[in-house]
Amino acid sequence: MDVIVDNFDLFAQGWLRTVQICFYALLGALPLGILLAAARVSPVPFLRSLGGTWVTIFMSCPLTVVLFFMAFGLPEIGIKGSYFWFGTIGLALYSASFVCEALRSGINAVPAGQAEAARSIGLSFMRSLNLVILPQALRSSLPPMTNAIIYLIKNSAIVGAFGVGQDLFAVADTLTAARGLSALPVLTGVIAGYLLLVLPIGRILSLIETKVAILR
Amino acid sequence: MFSKGAEPADTPTVGVGPRVAEKAVAGPIVRLSGVNKHFGSLHVLKEIDLDIAEGEVVVIIGPSGSGKSTLCRAINRLETIDSGSIELGGSPVPVEGNRLAAHRADVGMVFQSFNLFAHKTVLENVTLGPIHVRKCSPAKARAQAMELLERVGVGAQATKLPAQLSGGQQQRVAIARSLAMNPRVLLFDEPTSALDPEMVNEVLDVMSALAQDGMTMVVVTHEMGFAKRAGDRVVFMADGAIVEQASPTEFFDNPQTDRARDFLSKILVH
Repeated sequence: MDVIVDNFDLFAQGWLRTVQICFYALLGALPLGILLAAARVSPVPFLRSLGGTWVTIFMSCPLTVVLFFMAFGLPEIGIKGSYFWFGTIGLALYSASFVCEALRSGINAVPAGQAEAARSIGLSFMRSLNLVILPQALRSSLPPMTNAIIYLIKNSAIVGAFGVGQDLFAVADTLTAARGLSALPVLTGVIAGYLLLVLPIGRILSLIETKVAILR
Repeated sequence: MFSKGAEPADTPTVGVGPRVAEKAVAGPIVRLSGVNKHFGSLHVLKEIDLDIAEGEVVVIIGPSGSGKSTLCRAINRLETIDSGSIELGGSPVPVEGNRLAAHRADVGMVFQSFNLFAHKTVLENVTLGPIHVRKCSPAKARAQAMELLERVGVGAQATKLPAQLSGGQQQRVAIARSLAMNPRVLLFDEPTSALDPEMVNEVLDVMSALAQDGMTMVVVTHEMGFAKRAGDRVVFMADGAIVEQASPTEFFDNPQTDRARDFLSKILVH
Protein backbone atom coordinates (compact mmCIF):
# COMPACT_ATOMS: atom_id res chain seq x y z
CA MET A 1 0.00 0.00 0.00
CA ASP A 2 2.86 2.31 0.80
CA VAL A 3 4.22 1.80 -2.67
CA ILE A 4 1.03 3.09 -4.23
CA VAL A 5 0.66 6.00 -1.82
CA ASP A 6 4.30 7.02 -2.17
CA ASN A 7 4.16 6.91 -5.95
CA PHE A 8 0.63 8.21 -6.30
CA ASP A 9 1.77 11.01 -8.61
CA LEU A 10 3.28 8.55 -11.01
CA PHE A 11 0.21 6.33 -10.94
CA ALA A 12 -2.06 9.33 -11.51
CA GLN A 13 0.02 10.53 -14.44
CA GLY A 14 0.08 7.06 -15.96
CA TRP A 15 -3.65 6.73 -15.49
CA LEU A 16 -4.30 10.06 -17.20
CA ARG A 17 -2.03 9.06 -20.07
CA THR A 18 -4.01 5.84 -20.49
CA VAL A 19 -7.25 7.82 -20.44
CA GLN A 20 -5.77 10.08 -23.11
CA ILE A 21 -4.81 7.18 -25.37
CA CYS A 22 -8.23 5.58 -24.91
CA PHE A 23 -10.08 8.82 -25.51
CA TYR A 24 -8.34 9.62 -28.79
CA ALA A 25 -8.49 6.01 -29.94
CA LEU A 26 -12.23 5.89 -29.24
CA LEU A 27 -12.70 9.22 -30.98
CA GLY A 28 -11.30 7.57 -34.09
CA ALA A 29 -12.66 4.06 -33.66
CA LEU A 30 -16.33 4.91 -33.10
CA PRO A 31 -17.01 7.00 -36.23
CA LEU A 32 -14.76 4.78 -38.33
CA GLY A 33 -16.55 1.69 -37.02
CA ILE A 34 -19.93 3.24 -37.87
CA LEU A 35 -18.70 4.07 -41.39
CA LEU A 36 -17.36 0.54 -41.84
CA ALA A 37 -20.62 -0.98 -40.64
CA ALA A 38 -22.58 1.29 -43.01
CA ALA A 39 -20.30 0.17 -45.84
CA ARG A 40 -20.77 -3.48 -44.95
CA VAL A 41 -24.57 -3.30 -45.10
CA SER A 42 -24.77 -0.85 -48.03
CA PRO A 43 -26.33 -1.84 -51.34
CA VAL A 44 -23.06 -0.93 -53.14
CA PRO A 45 -20.97 -4.09 -53.73
CA PHE A 46 -17.68 -2.14 -53.81
CA LEU A 47 -18.31 -0.58 -50.38
CA ARG A 48 -19.38 -3.93 -48.98
CA SER A 49 -16.17 -5.62 -50.05
CA LEU A 50 -14.07 -2.66 -48.90
CA GLY A 51 -15.60 -2.85 -45.42
CA GLY A 52 -15.29 -6.63 -45.39
CA THR A 53 -11.63 -6.54 -46.37
CA TRP A 54 -10.82 -3.93 -43.74
CA VAL A 55 -12.46 -5.94 -40.99
CA THR A 56 -10.88 -9.20 -42.12
CA ILE A 57 -7.39 -7.70 -42.17
CA PHE A 58 -7.58 -5.91 -38.84
CA MET A 59 -9.39 -8.73 -37.07
CA SER A 60 -6.89 -11.35 -38.13
CA CYS A 61 -3.85 -9.19 -37.45
CA PRO A 62 -2.48 -9.04 -33.88
CA LEU A 63 -2.50 -5.51 -32.48
CA THR A 64 1.24 -5.74 -31.92
CA VAL A 65 1.77 -6.27 -35.63
CA VAL A 66 -0.51 -3.36 -36.49
CA LEU A 67 1.47 -1.13 -34.14
CA PHE A 68 4.79 -2.32 -35.56
CA PHE A 69 3.46 -1.55 -39.01
CA MET A 70 2.43 1.94 -37.91
CA ALA A 71 5.67 2.77 -36.14
CA PHE A 72 8.22 1.14 -38.43
CA GLY A 73 6.41 0.50 -41.70
CA LEU A 74 4.90 3.92 -42.24
CA PRO A 75 8.14 5.92 -41.70
CA GLU A 76 9.70 3.82 -44.48
CA ILE A 77 7.19 5.26 -46.92
CA GLY A 78 7.80 8.74 -45.59
CA ILE A 79 4.97 9.05 -43.09
CA LYS A 80 6.41 10.34 -39.85
CA GLY A 81 4.89 11.05 -36.49
CA SER A 82 5.27 10.57 -32.78
CA TYR A 83 4.93 7.14 -31.21
CA PHE A 84 1.96 8.46 -29.29
CA TRP A 85 0.00 9.23 -32.44
CA PHE A 86 1.16 6.15 -34.30
CA GLY A 87 0.14 3.99 -31.36
CA THR A 88 -3.17 5.71 -30.78
CA ILE A 89 -4.13 5.74 -34.46
CA GLY A 90 -3.09 2.10 -34.77
CA LEU A 91 -5.32 1.23 -31.82
CA ALA A 92 -8.17 3.23 -33.36
CA LEU A 93 -7.85 1.49 -36.74
CA TYR A 94 -7.66 -1.90 -35.04
CA SER A 95 -10.60 -1.29 -32.69
CA ALA A 96 -12.77 0.15 -35.47
CA SER A 97 -13.15 -3.33 -36.94
CA PHE A 98 -14.51 -4.61 -33.62
CA VAL A 99 -16.83 -1.62 -33.29
CA CYS A 100 -17.99 -2.32 -36.86
CA GLU A 101 -18.77 -5.94 -36.12
CA ALA A 102 -20.56 -5.07 -32.87
CA LEU A 103 -22.72 -2.62 -34.81
CA ARG A 104 -23.29 -5.00 -37.67
CA SER A 105 -24.55 -7.66 -35.30
CA GLY A 106 -26.97 -5.03 -34.01
CA ILE A 107 -28.02 -4.07 -37.53
CA ASN A 108 -28.63 -7.72 -38.38
CA ALA A 109 -30.78 -8.01 -35.26
CA VAL A 110 -33.15 -5.31 -36.57
CA PRO A 111 -35.97 -7.15 -38.35
CA ALA A 112 -35.80 -6.88 -42.15
CA GLY A 113 -39.31 -5.44 -42.16
CA GLN A 114 -38.06 -2.25 -40.50
CA ALA A 115 -35.78 -1.52 -43.45
CA GLU A 116 -38.51 -2.44 -45.93
CA ALA A 117 -40.96 -0.11 -44.22
CA ALA A 118 -38.36 2.68 -44.20
CA ARG A 119 -37.70 2.24 -47.91
CA SER A 120 -41.43 2.02 -48.61
CA ILE A 121 -42.07 5.54 -47.35
CA GLY A 122 -39.37 6.79 -49.70
CA LEU A 123 -36.42 7.16 -47.33
CA SER A 124 -33.05 6.86 -49.06
CA PHE A 125 -30.56 4.22 -47.92
CA MET A 126 -28.63 6.71 -45.76
CA ARG A 127 -31.80 8.16 -44.26
CA SER A 128 -33.30 4.79 -43.42
CA LEU A 129 -29.98 3.83 -41.85
CA ASN A 130 -29.86 7.04 -39.79
CA LEU A 131 -33.48 7.32 -38.80
CA VAL A 132 -34.67 3.75 -38.53
CA ILE A 133 -31.96 1.09 -38.55
CA LEU A 134 -29.05 2.56 -36.57
CA PRO A 135 -31.09 3.89 -33.63
CA GLN A 136 -32.45 0.37 -33.14
CA ALA A 137 -29.16 -1.34 -33.98
CA LEU A 138 -27.24 0.78 -31.48
CA ARG A 139 -29.46 -0.48 -28.70
CA SER A 140 -28.88 -4.13 -29.42
CA SER A 141 -25.20 -3.42 -30.17
CA LEU A 142 -24.58 -2.04 -26.71
CA PRO A 143 -23.43 -5.29 -25.05
CA PRO A 144 -20.91 -6.20 -27.80
CA MET A 145 -20.01 -2.52 -28.07
CA THR A 146 -19.24 -2.45 -24.35
CA ASN A 147 -16.89 -5.37 -24.94
CA ALA A 148 -15.20 -3.61 -27.84
CA ILE A 149 -14.64 -0.49 -25.71
CA ILE A 150 -13.29 -2.49 -22.79
CA TYR A 151 -10.93 -4.33 -25.13
CA LEU A 152 -9.77 -0.99 -26.46
CA ILE A 153 -8.98 0.17 -22.94
CA LYS A 154 -7.04 -2.97 -22.17
CA ASN A 155 -5.23 -2.85 -25.49
CA SER A 156 -4.03 0.65 -24.65
CA ALA A 157 -1.49 -1.14 -22.44
CA ILE A 158 0.06 -2.64 -25.57
CA VAL A 159 0.24 0.83 -27.09
CA GLY A 160 1.94 1.99 -23.89
CA ALA A 161 4.37 -0.91 -23.74
CA PHE A 162 5.15 -0.30 -27.34
CA GLY A 163 7.11 2.87 -26.82
CA VAL A 164 4.61 5.56 -26.04
CA GLY A 165 5.44 5.06 -22.41
CA GLN A 166 4.17 6.93 -19.39
CA ASP A 167 0.82 5.19 -19.46
CA LEU A 168 -0.58 3.23 -16.55
CA PHE A 169 1.02 -0.04 -17.60
CA ALA A 170 4.41 1.60 -18.16
CA VAL A 171 4.28 2.80 -14.55
CA ALA A 172 4.79 -0.80 -13.48
CA ASP A 173 7.87 -1.07 -15.61
CA THR A 174 9.30 2.20 -14.31
CA LEU A 175 8.74 1.32 -10.67
CA THR A 176 9.91 -2.30 -10.78
CA ALA A 177 12.70 -2.26 -13.34
CA ALA A 178 14.10 1.21 -12.86
CA ARG A 179 13.50 1.77 -9.15
CA GLY A 180 13.65 -1.84 -8.02
CA LEU A 181 10.34 -1.94 -6.18
CA SER A 182 8.69 -5.34 -5.76
CA ALA A 183 6.24 -6.25 -8.47
CA LEU A 184 3.25 -7.40 -6.45
CA PRO A 185 2.17 -4.10 -4.87
CA VAL A 186 3.00 -2.14 -8.00
CA LEU A 187 0.94 -4.38 -10.24
CA THR A 188 -1.90 -4.30 -7.73
CA GLY A 189 -1.91 -0.54 -8.13
CA VAL A 190 -1.92 -0.88 -11.90
CA ILE A 191 -4.83 -3.31 -11.80
CA ALA A 192 -6.73 -0.94 -9.54
CA GLY A 193 -6.11 1.82 -12.07
CA TYR A 194 -7.59 -0.20 -14.94
CA LEU A 195 -10.55 -1.24 -12.80
CA LEU A 196 -11.16 2.41 -12.06
CA LEU A 197 -11.46 3.00 -15.79
CA VAL A 198 -13.31 -0.12 -16.93
CA LEU A 199 -15.86 -0.49 -14.13
CA PRO A 200 -17.54 2.93 -14.47
CA ILE A 201 -17.67 2.57 -18.25
CA GLY A 202 -19.24 -0.87 -18.01
CA ARG A 203 -21.70 0.50 -15.44
CA ILE A 204 -22.62 3.54 -17.55
CA LEU A 205 -23.14 1.45 -20.67
CA SER A 206 -25.34 -1.07 -18.89
CA LEU A 207 -27.37 1.83 -17.48
CA ILE A 208 -27.83 3.19 -20.99
CA GLU A 209 -28.77 -0.30 -22.08
CA THR A 210 -31.67 -0.55 -19.65
CA LYS A 211 -32.74 3.03 -20.44
CA VAL A 212 -32.98 2.60 -24.18
CA ALA A 213 -34.17 -0.98 -24.35
CA ILE A 214 -36.94 -1.08 -26.93
CA LEU A 215 -40.18 -2.87 -26.68
CA ARG A 216 -40.91 -5.37 -29.41
CA MET B 1 -63.97 3.96 -64.04
CA PHE B 2 -65.05 0.94 -62.14
CA SER B 3 -67.97 1.41 -59.91
CA LYS B 4 -68.67 -1.68 -57.90
CA GLY B 5 -70.47 -4.46 -59.75
CA ALA B 6 -70.64 -2.48 -62.98
CA GLU B 7 -68.74 -5.07 -64.98
CA PRO B 8 -70.63 -6.58 -67.89
CA ALA B 9 -71.23 -10.26 -67.38
CA ASP B 10 -69.38 -11.37 -70.49
CA THR B 11 -66.67 -14.01 -70.44
CA PRO B 12 -63.87 -13.07 -68.06
CA THR B 13 -60.37 -12.88 -69.40
CA VAL B 14 -58.45 -16.04 -68.78
CA GLY B 15 -54.69 -15.92 -68.65
CA VAL B 16 -54.49 -13.20 -71.28
CA GLY B 17 -54.02 -9.50 -70.70
CA PRO B 18 -56.06 -7.17 -68.57
CA ARG B 19 -59.18 -6.70 -70.59
CA VAL B 20 -61.04 -5.08 -67.79
CA ALA B 21 -58.60 -2.22 -67.40
CA GLU B 22 -58.38 -1.60 -71.13
CA LYS B 23 -61.83 -0.14 -70.89
CA ALA B 24 -60.64 2.55 -68.52
CA VAL B 25 -61.01 6.10 -69.73
CA ALA B 26 -57.63 7.31 -68.53
CA GLY B 27 -54.45 5.25 -68.94
CA PRO B 28 -53.67 2.77 -66.19
CA ILE B 29 -51.87 4.11 -63.12
CA VAL B 30 -49.96 0.87 -62.73
CA ARG B 31 -49.03 -1.31 -65.70
CA LEU B 32 -47.17 -4.58 -65.50
CA SER B 33 -46.22 -6.14 -68.81
CA GLY B 34 -44.46 -9.43 -69.38
CA VAL B 35 -43.09 -9.54 -65.82
CA ASN B 36 -41.01 -12.60 -64.97
CA LYS B 37 -39.19 -13.46 -61.81
CA HIS B 38 -37.31 -16.52 -60.59
CA PHE B 39 -36.20 -17.52 -57.13
CA GLY B 40 -33.39 -19.82 -58.13
CA SER B 41 -35.01 -22.51 -60.26
CA LEU B 42 -38.50 -21.53 -59.11
CA HIS B 43 -40.41 -19.43 -61.64
CA VAL B 44 -42.46 -17.29 -59.22
CA LEU B 45 -43.89 -14.76 -61.68
CA LYS B 46 -44.73 -15.93 -65.18
CA GLU B 47 -45.38 -13.37 -67.91
CA ILE B 48 -47.56 -11.19 -65.71
CA ASP B 49 -49.62 -8.57 -67.54
CA LEU B 50 -51.76 -6.41 -65.30
CA ASP B 51 -53.17 -2.91 -65.63
CA ILE B 52 -54.62 -1.08 -62.67
CA ALA B 53 -56.79 1.94 -63.31
CA GLU B 54 -56.91 5.01 -61.13
CA GLY B 55 -59.34 4.50 -58.26
CA GLU B 56 -59.56 0.79 -58.87
CA VAL B 57 -59.43 -1.76 -56.06
CA VAL B 58 -57.74 -4.92 -57.30
CA VAL B 59 -57.84 -7.89 -54.97
CA ILE B 60 -55.25 -10.58 -55.64
CA ILE B 61 -56.12 -14.01 -54.32
CA GLY B 62 -54.73 -17.46 -54.77
CA PRO B 63 -53.12 -20.35 -52.92
CA SER B 64 -49.91 -19.92 -50.90
CA GLY B 65 -46.83 -19.73 -53.05
CA SER B 66 -48.77 -18.54 -56.07
CA GLY B 67 -46.69 -15.35 -56.31
CA LYS B 68 -49.31 -12.88 -55.06
CA SER B 69 -47.07 -11.26 -52.46
CA THR B 70 -44.11 -11.19 -54.81
CA LEU B 71 -46.24 -9.45 -57.42
CA CYS B 72 -47.42 -6.89 -54.89
CA ARG B 73 -43.91 -6.22 -53.60
CA ALA B 74 -42.51 -5.95 -57.12
CA ILE B 75 -44.68 -2.88 -57.76
CA ASN B 76 -42.69 -1.18 -54.98
CA ARG B 77 -39.48 -2.85 -56.12
CA LEU B 78 -39.06 -4.54 -52.76
CA GLU B 79 -38.65 -7.49 -55.12
CA THR B 80 -36.62 -7.08 -58.27
CA ILE B 81 -37.88 -8.59 -61.50
CA ASP B 82 -35.95 -10.56 -64.11
CA SER B 83 -37.72 -9.31 -67.22
CA GLY B 84 -40.72 -7.30 -68.32
CA SER B 85 -41.64 -3.84 -67.13
CA ILE B 86 -43.58 -2.18 -64.35
CA GLU B 87 -44.80 1.37 -64.87
CA LEU B 88 -46.35 3.89 -62.53
CA GLY B 89 -48.30 6.64 -64.26
CA GLY B 90 -46.62 5.82 -67.57
CA SER B 91 -43.01 5.90 -66.40
CA PRO B 92 -41.01 2.78 -65.55
CA VAL B 93 -40.17 2.05 -61.92
CA PRO B 94 -36.59 3.31 -61.37
CA VAL B 95 -33.99 0.67 -60.63
CA GLU B 96 -32.17 2.29 -57.73
CA GLY B 97 -31.08 5.45 -55.93
CA ASN B 98 -33.03 8.61 -55.24
CA ARG B 99 -35.43 8.12 -58.12
CA LEU B 100 -36.43 4.74 -56.72
CA ALA B 101 -36.90 6.36 -53.29
CA ALA B 102 -39.14 8.98 -54.90
CA HIS B 103 -41.15 6.22 -56.59
CA ARG B 104 -41.60 4.42 -53.30
CA ALA B 105 -42.77 7.63 -51.65
CA ASP B 106 -45.63 7.66 -54.16
CA VAL B 107 -46.57 4.03 -53.59
CA GLY B 108 -47.83 3.15 -50.13
CA MET B 109 -47.17 -0.27 -48.68
CA VAL B 110 -48.92 -2.02 -45.82
CA PHE B 111 -47.23 -5.18 -44.62
CA GLN B 112 -48.52 -8.37 -43.07
CA SER B 113 -46.36 -7.80 -39.98
CA PHE B 114 -47.16 -4.04 -39.73
CA ASN B 115 -43.44 -3.10 -39.53
CA LEU B 116 -44.03 0.04 -37.51
CA PHE B 117 -40.76 1.67 -36.49
CA ALA B 118 -40.30 0.07 -33.08
CA HIS B 119 -38.31 2.93 -31.52
CA LYS B 120 -40.71 5.69 -32.58
CA THR B 121 -44.07 6.66 -31.17
CA VAL B 122 -47.20 6.15 -33.20
CA LEU B 123 -47.25 9.84 -34.13
CA GLU B 124 -43.56 9.82 -35.11
CA ASN B 125 -44.16 6.75 -37.26
CA VAL B 126 -46.67 8.73 -39.28
CA THR B 127 -44.71 12.00 -39.45
CA LEU B 128 -41.32 10.52 -40.36
CA GLY B 129 -41.99 10.27 -44.09
CA PRO B 130 -43.73 13.64 -44.51
CA ILE B 131 -40.93 15.43 -42.60
CA HIS B 132 -37.91 13.74 -44.17
CA VAL B 133 -39.18 12.84 -47.62
CA ARG B 134 -41.91 15.40 -48.36
CA LYS B 135 -40.05 18.17 -46.48
CA CYS B 136 -43.19 19.07 -44.56
CA SER B 137 -42.77 21.30 -41.51
CA PRO B 138 -42.96 19.21 -38.32
CA ALA B 139 -46.00 21.12 -37.09
CA LYS B 140 -47.89 20.61 -40.32
CA ALA B 141 -46.84 16.94 -40.47
CA ARG B 142 -48.06 16.39 -36.90
CA ALA B 143 -51.40 18.02 -37.58
CA GLN B 144 -51.89 15.94 -40.71
CA ALA B 145 -50.78 12.79 -38.88
CA MET B 146 -53.25 13.38 -36.04
CA GLU B 147 -56.00 13.82 -38.58
CA LEU B 148 -55.11 10.51 -40.23
CA LEU B 149 -54.77 8.71 -36.90
CA GLU B 150 -58.23 9.96 -35.92
CA ARG B 151 -59.54 8.83 -39.25
CA VAL B 152 -58.32 5.25 -38.69
CA GLY B 153 -59.50 5.39 -35.08
CA VAL B 154 -56.22 5.37 -33.16
CA GLY B 155 -55.84 9.08 -32.37
CA ALA B 156 -55.80 8.30 -28.64
CA GLN B 157 -52.70 6.13 -29.05
CA ALA B 158 -50.53 8.82 -30.69
CA THR B 159 -47.93 9.03 -27.93
CA LYS B 160 -47.56 5.29 -27.39
CA LEU B 161 -44.91 3.00 -28.81
CA PRO B 162 -46.04 0.43 -31.38
CA ALA B 163 -45.46 -2.52 -29.03
CA GLN B 164 -48.06 -1.07 -26.63
CA LEU B 165 -50.79 -1.38 -29.27
CA SER B 166 -52.86 -4.34 -30.36
CA GLY B 167 -52.19 -5.85 -33.77
CA GLY B 168 -55.29 -4.27 -35.24
CA GLN B 169 -54.31 -0.86 -33.92
CA GLN B 170 -50.76 -1.27 -35.23
CA GLN B 171 -52.01 -2.14 -38.68
CA ARG B 172 -54.28 0.90 -38.71
CA VAL B 173 -51.30 3.06 -37.75
CA ALA B 174 -49.39 1.47 -40.61
CA ILE B 175 -52.20 2.44 -42.97
CA ALA B 176 -52.10 6.01 -41.62
CA ARG B 177 -48.33 6.04 -42.13
CA SER B 178 -48.81 5.11 -45.78
CA LEU B 179 -51.61 7.62 -46.28
CA ALA B 180 -49.48 10.43 -44.84
CA MET B 181 -47.33 10.22 -47.98
CA ASN B 182 -50.34 10.91 -50.21
CA PRO B 183 -49.62 7.82 -52.27
CA ARG B 184 -50.96 7.37 -55.78
CA VAL B 185 -51.39 3.65 -55.12
CA LEU B 186 -51.65 1.73 -51.88
CA LEU B 187 -50.35 -1.84 -51.76
CA PHE B 188 -51.56 -4.25 -49.08
CA ASP B 189 -49.59 -7.44 -48.61
CA GLU B 190 -51.86 -9.75 -46.60
CA PRO B 191 -52.72 -6.95 -44.16
CA THR B 192 -54.91 -9.08 -41.89
CA SER B 193 -53.08 -12.41 -41.95
CA ALA B 194 -51.09 -11.73 -38.78
CA LEU B 195 -54.09 -10.47 -36.82
CA ASP B 196 -56.18 -12.16 -34.17
CA PRO B 197 -59.61 -12.90 -35.65
CA GLU B 198 -61.42 -10.27 -33.60
CA MET B 199 -59.16 -7.54 -35.00
CA VAL B 200 -59.50 -8.39 -38.65
CA ASN B 201 -62.66 -6.38 -39.16
CA GLU B 202 -61.39 -3.12 -37.70
CA VAL B 203 -58.63 -3.16 -40.32
CA LEU B 204 -60.90 -4.27 -43.16
CA ASP B 205 -63.34 -1.48 -42.25
CA VAL B 206 -60.60 1.12 -42.66
CA MET B 207 -59.62 -0.44 -45.98
CA SER B 208 -63.21 -0.49 -47.20
CA ALA B 209 -63.56 3.17 -46.31
CA LEU B 210 -60.44 3.96 -48.32
CA ALA B 211 -61.79 2.02 -51.27
CA GLN B 212 -65.01 3.98 -50.99
CA ASP B 213 -63.02 7.22 -51.06
CA GLY B 214 -61.55 6.25 -54.41
CA MET B 215 -58.04 5.19 -53.35
CA THR B 216 -56.28 3.02 -55.88
CA MET B 217 -55.52 -0.21 -54.06
CA VAL B 218 -53.83 -3.52 -54.73
CA VAL B 219 -54.79 -5.94 -51.99
CA VAL B 220 -53.28 -9.38 -51.52
CA THR B 221 -55.59 -11.13 -49.10
CA HIS B 222 -57.37 -14.28 -48.04
CA GLU B 223 -60.41 -12.28 -46.93
CA MET B 224 -62.97 -13.26 -49.54
CA GLY B 225 -65.62 -11.14 -47.83
CA PHE B 226 -63.50 -8.04 -48.38
CA ALA B 227 -62.85 -9.03 -52.00
CA LYS B 228 -66.61 -9.27 -52.63
CA ARG B 229 -67.52 -6.15 -50.73
CA ALA B 230 -64.80 -3.69 -51.64
CA GLY B 231 -63.05 -5.11 -54.71
CA ASP B 232 -63.59 -3.82 -58.22
CA ARG B 233 -61.73 -6.73 -59.70
CA VAL B 234 -60.47 -10.06 -58.46
CA VAL B 235 -57.21 -11.38 -59.88
CA PHE B 236 -56.73 -15.07 -59.24
CA MET B 237 -53.15 -16.30 -59.30
CA ALA B 238 -51.77 -19.83 -59.17
CA ASP B 239 -48.24 -21.11 -59.71
CA GLY B 240 -46.90 -17.67 -60.57
CA ALA B 241 -49.40 -16.84 -63.29
CA ILE B 242 -52.63 -14.88 -63.47
CA VAL B 243 -55.15 -17.61 -64.14
CA GLU B 244 -58.34 -15.63 -64.12
CA GLN B 245 -59.60 -12.13 -63.46
CA ALA B 246 -63.10 -10.77 -63.23
CA SER B 247 -65.40 -8.66 -61.13
CA PRO B 248 -65.93 -10.18 -57.67
CA THR B 249 -69.52 -11.25 -58.32
CA GLU B 250 -68.56 -12.88 -61.56
CA PHE B 251 -65.51 -14.58 -60.12
CA PHE B 252 -67.13 -15.98 -57.01
CA ASP B 253 -70.43 -16.95 -58.65
CA ASN B 254 -69.08 -18.27 -61.87
CA PRO B 255 -65.36 -19.08 -61.88
CA GLN B 256 -64.20 -20.02 -65.37
CA THR B 257 -61.21 -22.25 -64.69
CA ASP B 258 -60.85 -25.57 -62.88
CA ARG B 259 -58.00 -24.09 -60.86
CA ALA B 260 -60.18 -21.28 -59.52
CA ARG B 261 -63.14 -23.60 -58.89
CA ASP B 262 -60.84 -25.94 -56.99
CA PHE B 263 -59.44 -23.06 -54.92
CA LEU B 264 -62.88 -21.65 -54.13
CA SER B 265 -64.27 -25.05 -53.20
CA LYS B 266 -61.49 -25.43 -50.66
CA ILE B 267 -61.91 -22.07 -48.97
CA LEU B 268 -65.67 -21.58 -49.17
CA VAL B 269 -66.63 -24.98 -47.85
CA HIS B 270 -67.09 -23.93 -44.22
